[in-house]
Amino acid sequence: MAVSAEKEFAMDNDVISASEDEEGSDDERKHNKLLQAISSLGGKRRKNQTERSEASLQVSEFFVSAEGAGDKVGLSDLLGTVEKTTGATKTKKQLRNLQNRNETLELPLNKEQTEKIQRSVAYEKSTKEVTNWQSVVIQNQKAEQLVFPLNQEPSGPKRVEQVVAGWKAETPLEQEIFRLLHMNKQPLHDPVLTPVEEASLMAMSLEEATIRRAELQKARALQSYYEAKAKREKKIKSKKYHRIQKKAKRKEFVKQFEERMKTDPTGALEELKKMEMSRMEERMSLKHQNSGKWAKSKAIMAKYDDSARKAMQEQLQINKDLTQKIATLSDDEHETPEESEMVPDFVNDVEPITDPVNPWMRSRIPQEEPEISCVTPDKPQTSEEEEERNEEEELLADFQRRRTLRRTEDDDLIPTAAEEQIVNTCEVSREEVVGDGTVEISDSEEEEEEDVSQFNTLFKLMSSEKTHEGPAPTQDQQEDEEQLDEGQLRVRSMEDLEVLEEVSDPRPGTPAAPSMPQPTASDPLAKRSKREIDLSEVLTKEAKTIKVALTPTVVEDEEREEQISIIKEAFAGDDVISDFLIDKRKQEEAGRPKVVDLTLPGWGEWGGVGVKPSQHKRKRFRKKMAPPPSRQDQKLPDVIISEKRNSSIATHQVSHLPFPFQNATQFESCIRTPVGQTWNTQTAVKKMTMPKVVTTAGAIIEPLVKEDYIKDKSTKPMGKGPAILLNDKRGAKDGKPSDKHKGRDSHKRRRNKP
Amino acid sequence: MKVKVLCRNPDDYVRETTRDIQRVPRNYDPTLHPFEVPREYTRALNATKLERVFAKPFVASLDGHRDGISCIAKHAKSLSTVLSGACDGEVKVWNLPRRECVRTIQAHEGFVRGICSRFCGTSFFTVGDDKTIKQWNMEPPGCGVQEEPINTILGKAVVTGIDHHQREATFATCGQTVDIYDEQRSSPIRSFSWGVDSFSCVRYNPVETELLASCASDRSVVLYDMRESTPLRKVVMKLRSNTLCWNPMEAYYFTCSNEDYNLYTYDMRHLKCPVTVHMDHVSAVLDVDYSPTGREFVSASFDKTIRIFPKDKGHSREVYHTKRMQHVICVRWSADNKYVLSGSDEMNIRLWKANASEKLGVLSSREKIAANYNKKLIEKFQHHPQVKRIARHRHLPRDVLKQKKQQREMKEAKRRKEQNVRKHSKPGSVPLVPEKEKHVVAVLE
Repeated sequence: MAVSAEKEFAMDNDVISASEDEEGSDDERKHNKLLQAISSLGGKRRKNQTERSEASLQVSEFFVSAEGAGDKVGLSDLLGTVEKTTGATKTKKQLRNLQNRNETLELPLNKEQTEKIQRSVAYEKSTKEVTNWQSVVIQNQKAEQLVFPLNQEPSGPKRVEQVVAGWKAETPLEQEIFRLLHMNKQPLHDPVLTPVEEASLMAMSLEEATIRRAELQKARALQSYYEAKAKREKKIKSKKYHRIQKKAKRKEFVKQFEERMKTDPTGALEELKKMEMSRMEERMSLKHQNSGKWAKSKAIMAKYDDSARKAMQEQLQINKDLTQKIATLSDDEHETPEESEMVPDFVNDVEPITDPVNPWMRSRIPQEEPEISCVTPDKPQTSEEEEERNEEEELLADFQRRRTLRRTEDDDLIPTAAEEQIVNTCEVSREEVVGDGTVEISDSEEEEEEDVSQFNTLFKLMSSEKTHEGPAPTQDQQEDEEQLDEGQLRVRSMEDLEVLEEVSDPRPGTPAAPSMPQPTASDPLAKRSKREIDLSEVLTKEAKTIKVALTPTVVEDEEREEQISIIKEAFAGDDVISDFLIDKRKQEEAGRPKVVDLTLPGWGEWGGVGVKPSQHKRKRFRKKMAPPPSRQDQKLPDVIISEKRNSSIATHQVSHLPFPFQNATQFESCIRTPVGQTWNTQTAVKKMTMPKVVTTAGAIIEPLVKEDYIKDKSTKPMGKGPAILLNDKRGAKDGKPSDKHKGRDSHKRRRNKP
Repeated sequence: MKVKVLCRNPDDYVRETTRDIQRVPRNYDPTLHPFEVPREYTRALNATKLERVFAKPFVASLDGHRDGISCIAKHAKSLSTVLSGACDGEVKVWNLPRRECVRTIQAHEGFVRGICSRFCGTSFFTVGDDKTIKQWNMEPPGCGVQEEPINTILGKAVVTGIDHHQREATFATCGQTVDIYDEQRSSPIRSFSWGVDSFSCVRYNPVETELLASCASDRSVVLYDMRESTPLRKVVMKLRSNTLCWNPMEAYYFTCSNEDYNLYTYDMRHLKCPVTVHMDHVSAVLDVDYSPTGREFVSASFDKTIRIFPKDKGHSREVYHTKRMQHVICVRWSADNKYVLSGSDEMNIRLWKANASEKLGVLSSREKIAANYNKKLIEKFQHHPQVKRIARHRHLPRDVLKQKKQQREMKEAKRRKEQNVRKHSKPGSVPLVPEKEKHVVAVLE
């Protein structure tokens, strides 16, 4: 080392001497060099050698180093040389841009902050990486059984194919055999199927075949079912049935047509034309004129038979529809429904209809009897309701008529009591209607009423006082009822509430008009039964004590009543007391021991289906259990003390619901299912008692290995790896905090690790 | 006409060989076997009692050290070999089945602070108070040859802990900094520090093998990634953590044993509050180790007991103690999940069963079935008060019991006080802080 330094020194000296003659301006630099050389001689052993690192035009003839070596290279120097060289236009441009730029670079962040950013980025990255394990962790947690060490090869015999797979034919005999096998296309490694067999299997998989067969079967079954149905329907002789069918079909058709109008107007138009044609044909054919044989026979029957009359009416209606001009159709629309509603009334009328065909006659009849006209409902409704309603109305009309008749009689007999009587009957009839919707009861009551009226007529002849007394109590009762309704009425449900309203509303209007019952009758709500509130029913004998309890202090009567009424109002909705009493009674019932019947049928006598053991035997084997100790709440009228808790068992019972269970029944069912071999088959027991974690003594359980569980999304070829590794040994140290480059590199590095 | 005939198939009732047990045809009709719940309850109760009767966890004590045990390490490949370091610098290699020391090395001057086996099990590393890291061959030297380390690294400062990478030839030590060493080099290839002066423990993550965690003396737990130049994150708790252990089956969970008598299981992705706080110890917890199944962990405490915690439960399922066992310094769970090793102040290493009442040795299939059934029964009826009472009952040393009682009272008083404060202050001004959130002071990025 020292020798070489001296040599250099000598050479340096030469350089100085040589350049002295050339230029005097370089004195300072030379001096520096000298100093450097001297210093290098002394302390420092190693001298940084000046070496040529780039091509330059000015090479000194004495020494390799260029002029100004050791100085920093300025941008202008670079540019100067670049200008002269040809090519490299891109770099030239870049350098020129750099020269022109005047901006100063921003100060780098201080060390703490850069580190913080680096840390957070690194943390994010590793967190993300670790999160990949989540699915594995959850899977392991949920696994019914984990056998450690994991990923063990299954013990026990292996399949032949697995064993054979690694084996190769070596001896000539074996090779020959294999050649033969090859020639015949016999399977070698996976000795299951020949190619032919595989092909046949491919053509027909069992699953597909079964599915297809099931489908075919289903289709066949459906077909036969429909055939049978069609046959059956065809055989049905009932005209009514066919009529209904036809009607349904027509309805269906209309519906379809309407739909078609919306979706496919041209098709609908054609359809319409077709319909029109058929209508015209029908019209021309003079059908439905009630002139045929059938119609004539019906006309004869119509006197006695309702259905015949109806059929004729229908025919007429159809005829009318057909003969009508289409232009006037819109006008008719308003009339027809009303008429159709009218029809049943006339038909059911007792009076014989002179000419059922003539539509004009129909409208005239109601004019003749104005009282019945009020029967007709105000609004047209659906046909089903109508029918029901018509029946009711019929009845009502009947009552009305009879009543009027009777009234006239009464009027004749006792004109003085007429008014009250009217009110009375009205009231009664109203109550009838309100009381029970069924026809029969009202009929019977009607009869009663008639009786009463007869009774009245008899008595009113004898003495007027008694007749006066007759209606008087009814009025009183009425008043009483009103009071009771306000005070004692208990509403138990929403229905009752509705009924209540219904009852309370018409009351003020009752004396006004006799025709009032009709609207109430027509109201469906009024048909519901009005429940009478019976005190004796609600409050049993124990209620007396409660009554005392409810009035704890001596208050003025008015105040008390007020209070009671307030309480009643407050508990109007729910009947707490009776509910409580019922509850208590039920519990008492449940606690009472039941008679145990121990008779064994067929024991000592004949047995079998329908044979009862003898009375004597039953009596003998019926065991009465001893009565339990008296209940704790026996003498406490307003308390129920549950006797379910048994203190001797309580120490063994679970007092509160354990965590994973959501309700008691869940827990109970869990406890109720037995696990043991006494109740379950061996396999079931094995499955149920399977421990969650199984470890074997002597087997080392290694921690999870990443490669087994987490597959890298992209496995990069190994060829590129090393270069990056070398480049980026510690790239992170000087790397900027947020550059992606570093992250990518480190990823690659990680992947390249074995 | 169908004629019904009694017919018996010998296959149904004849056993195949004379070694089989007799076939007993059973009718599982539930009406024939009534009272299933009471009967099973009785069985469960008996099973619980028997479990307690047979709970004899102590297996063996290995004595031979001449000072307190400071560290234990498992052999990576052999279940029967255990290494232990003592406070006098002695390292012993034990053979567990024979329960004897097979080798003694005077490894360091002063404490042996840490010991770990290489992943292949051919050598092991020790660190001591004499600022050295030494690598030793697992095989004992020939007769008459002096014990000498394969490799010795002289550090600048005292090294307090060491852990080896799961699959690579690198290991991490901690002292004033956390250093990552390549086995081939004498200087660390990477060194992490984050404004702390000393670390007490460093552990590699066994699953995500590039991750590390360390406990520092500034009450913090710091996470590292070997591939990064900087630490990842730091959690500062109210008191110092002594050691920590990663869950070997769940990559992102680790548990640290703390000076405040508790253990904390953290999810490394959410460090704001621990996943579970495990409390039962009545003194500082000194060491913790996960079972290889990752379902439980064992902790050693200054209160002279070892406790076994399920990883997601707040309280321990088992407590081990003996009269002679003093402060337990270190504890390890054996790699086959059957035993627990504890090293304590009074120079002994103790071997415990991980399941106190488990029968050791080979079980016949019927024994296995019975054991499984009993376990299932106990699990099924675990909420019934009698079963619970018996299953939970443990005997504790009087000191521990007393302290426990005292601490319970203190806690209750604190809770009451807080409640009162809350009651008498403006609603919302004294927030209800859950137990988990009380212990973390800060999470530093």
